[in-house]
Amino acid sequence: MYKWIQDIAASFPDKSIEIKPTPIQASEGDYFAKIALALKSKDTAPDIVTEDTFILNSDASAGYLEPLDDKLTGWEDWSNGSFIEALKKGVTASDGKVYGVPYNTDSRGLWYNKTLFKQAGLPEDWAPKTWDEVLDAARTIKQKLPDVVPFWMNMGKATGEATSMQTYEMLLYGTGERLYDNATSKWITKSQGILDALQFIQTINKEKLGPPLSKVLNGQAGNTSAREYLPQGKLAISLDGSWIPGNYLPNGAAPWPEYKDVLGFAPMPTSKGQAPGSITLAGGWALSIPSNSQHKDAAWEVIKYALNKENSKKLVIASGNITVRADVAQDPEYTAMPFNDLATAYLANAEFRPAQDKYPEVSTQIQTMVESVATGTSPADAANKYAQDVTRIVGDGNTIEK
Amino acid sequence: MSSLAVASAGRRRKTWTWLYFLLPSLAIMLVFFIYPIILTVFYSFTNLALTGEAAKNLKFIGFDNYTHMFEDPTVRTSIWNTLVFLIGSAVVGQQVLGFLIALFMKHKNKWFRRVVGTIVLAGWVTPEIVCALCLYSFFSDEGTLNAMLQSVGIPEVTWLYTVPMITIILANIWHGTAFSMLVFQAALDDVPSEIEEAAVVDGATKWQILTRVTIPYIKETITTNMMLVTLQTLGVFGLIYAMTGGGPGTSTTTLPIFMYNQAFVNYQLGYGTAISLLLLFIGIILSLFYIRSMRD
Repeated sequence: MYKWIQDIAASFPDKSIEIKPTPIQASEGDYFAKIALALKSKDTAPDIVTEDTFILNSDASAGYLEPLDDKLTGWEDWSNGSFIEALKKGVTASDGKVYGVPYNTDSRGLWYNKTLFKQAGLPEDWAPKTWDEVLDAARTIKQKLPDVVPFWMNMGKATGEATSMQTYEMLLYGTGERLYDNATSKWITKSQGILDALQFIQTINKEKLGPPLSKVLNGQAGNTSAREYLPQGKLAISLDGSWIPGNYLPNGAAPWPEYKDVLGFAPMPTSKGQAPGSITLAGGWALSIPSNSQHKDAAWEVIKYALNKENSKKLVIASGNITVRADVAQDPEYTAMPFNDLATAYLANAEFRPAQDKYPEVSTQIQTMVESVATGTSPADAANKYAQDVTRIVGDGNTIEK
Repeated sequence: MSSLAVASAGRRRKTWTWLYFLLPSLAIMLVFFIYPIILTVFYSFTNLALTGEAAKNLKFIGFDNYTHMFEDPTVRTSIWNTLVFLIGSAVVGQQVLGFLIALFMKHKNKWFRRVVGTIVLAGWVTPEIVCALCLYSFFSDEGTLNAMLQSVGIPEVTWLYTVPMITIILANIWHGTAFSMLVFQAALDDVPSEIEEAAVVDGATKWQILTRVTIPYIKETITTNMMLVTLQTLGVFGLIYAMTGGGPGTSTTTLPIFMYNQAFVNYQLGYGTAISLLLLFIGIILSLFYIRSMRD
């Protein structure tokens, strides 16, 4: 990404505008705190900021970001269908205004090692229809290949948002339930879906189908599974994001040329196979203009240039993310990247995290709940604690039980 | 009469000069110490947040943060963890171990004292975060400790996951014992050898000399050191954060870790400041307790 920004800065036609990339050295969680502090003041606010779509709504409610609707109406790329319509939801805050232009997105599903599947006598072209089929495959692996971790999903507080989104929300949304009820504008604190999702996590751990807890409960868990276990053939199935192959590119963190042939990417089924059959959560990042920016118009020109078709394509190809532009999605250079077509296709059923400013806080409660179930708390107890904590965060009148 | 007036005027002028010279430091104290404390107290009664709606509308919410704190089971866990960490690593660990090392070294030759002293000091001069990383790689699954155990046939133990509290306590002992050792060394050197010799002549055993002569003699040092070590340990953050991150679960979440999580992970600065005041309060209570016991 940094190299991409440097290229943009070098090739930007209007030389009177100076583009100065300022990378932030921080862990994922600290990034948002640092950004929030920088956006607060006119002296420190940058002119363009990269915003994760899950925090975008919070930062918009805080008044840190500039609504872009007026600017977007004058940009034909935005309205002529170049951007995938569904992804505009991710940058629209709860007040209905757009606060950023998305530049990448992602989808989630089941990565599996075909070599291990073959050894265990499972189909190499795997497409589970229900959670039970997923669990059965994991049980078969455990039985046939006892040294292999059958199934990995992030379950710790230390893996932060990955635990909330990749694990819990993928499960919860697959039961048909949601975190937030849009019809009543209330947070759902009790539902069968919550218990079912937690039950799945409990089963994985009770039957020892998952990784050792000492490995999965620390902040490095995501890297351990994607960069070590999966390529080394120590892990059969991983519930993870579409960006994983980015690690295996020649310039990635763990180059692995054979990944195209060894890995499979199956959609995550809904709990009992109910419509729409599979589920994915989509996130992604956007370029936004801080309210405290000193050069808003110039910033807008830069964003338009940076996220035109050519530059968008360069970014997603270099980073291994999936594109937010429909025209890039058709581009042969993009579709030639392994798994891009699959990952983009899963977006058809994409769900988003609630565009609510309390979401980041609720998310940390989700992580606590998931970790406590993984370490032995019963789903019912964990769910009760979650209900209490969420009620405290969003206020008494803003919750609903289903 | 006139000479008296001159004298009192001179005295008054003296008083003002005294204050005049103190002004700069008073101003610095006010700006960098008093003002932030007042601000912290103020913020602890607000909904101050880093992002979201509350970041725009700062509201006074009375005692909400405090009532919330007493209802939150994680606060109780954190207080408990803080006390376990404090007693384990500071009171028992650093204090007792530091005393024993100092005692052990008392009558040894200079060369021996230097070698042992240097080894113990190594932990102390290492910055907290470096210390944390060293001990993390010592205790981690593929770390030095497990490698050592495996070489003699003992299976791998997941220390940081199975006994996280013990690992951070040991880490803090390793890091901080040198301070107590130095303090006690100085105190023990001050115990007049005549008293100890007199006790020997009276037929006292070594244990009796230690418990009835030496320890009572350095009692004040023990209390002072206890207070200093306690206050240092209450604030330990980097060591725990880098080694266990407060986990797994909340098993090593001490108050500083909890405060950080609330303020910078949950973005609830108001609540975070309320917790920091709780920590300050615990520190004050413990200090008063030590000062009182020193008086007796």
